[in-house]
Amino acid sequence: MKNLDSVFAAYIIGWGVFFLFYLSIAKRTSDLRAEIERLKNSLPRSS
Amino acid sequence: MTKRIILGAVAIVLVIAAAYASFYIAPEERTMGVIQRIFYFHVGSAWAGMDAFLVCFIANLLYVWKRAAKYDWLGVSAAEVGLVFTTVVLITGPIWAKPVWGIWWTWDARLTSTFVLWLLYVSYLLLRTLIEEQDRRALLSSVFGIFAFLDVPLVFGAIRWWRTQHPSPVIMGGPGSGLEPTMRKVFFFSVLAMHFLMAFLIVERYALEKMKYEVDVLKREAEPQ
Repeated sequence: MKNLDSVFAAYIIGWGVFFLFYLSIAKRTSDLRAEIERLKNSLPRSS
Repeated sequence: MTKRIILGAVAIVLVIAAAYASFYIAPEERTMGVIQRIFYFHVGSAWAGMDAFLVCFIANLLYVWKRAAKYDWLGVSAAEVGLVFTTVVLITGPIWAKPVWGIWWTWDARLTSTFVLWLLYVSYLLLRTLIEEQDRRALLSSVFGIFAFLDVPLVFGAIRWWRTQHPSPVIMGGPGSGLEPTMRKVFFFSVLAMHFLMAFLIVERYALEKMKYEVDVLKREAEPQ
């Protein structure tokens, strides 16, 4: 079972990269959703 | 939204099943031993990344032709996802290479063209941050994306046209190449799983880009006349 640690490292780092990317999308989506709400609330006052 | 959740769930189940198959179903390769199991993840990610760049290329062509914002959104989404998959390829490759070749990296045609591909799509995303005006940004990045894709056939052909440190292809590699039948099944299952993951991430990223557009529209509406 030589190099099994390298195999695990490759899979864990790879999944980690995908997971971090998904988290970044989720974070950016949540920020934009909050901004959309804020803008929608500001619209009736400005018009 | 429900379709996106289902796609995400299917992608996660397939990726976990593919990892299980890579460790427990695929037989151990005789020369390299257990380290060869990286192959299923590494090559699956590489194929999914190339196909994401293909989606980006098609979207870029469609934008130049039709000038519809949705193609720009698809282009940037696919470029970002392709870049993430290529990053995984560039990380898992050296982890596999070190025990087998004795080195982490070498500037052979396959590795260099893959690294150049990664740099090209980083540049594509950087270019977009430099241009404020939406239509101009979409057009210039689409044109850049079309040229960036020219490196993809080079990456594909590098191990077929030149002698490289990177192994010759085992799939579509011509006479003498090929995989043991169980390895082949696990490999194509892994490729399928990575493509589902790629599709899920592109759909999520596309929804984000569409939302950015909505924010821009609302901002314009909120601006004092």
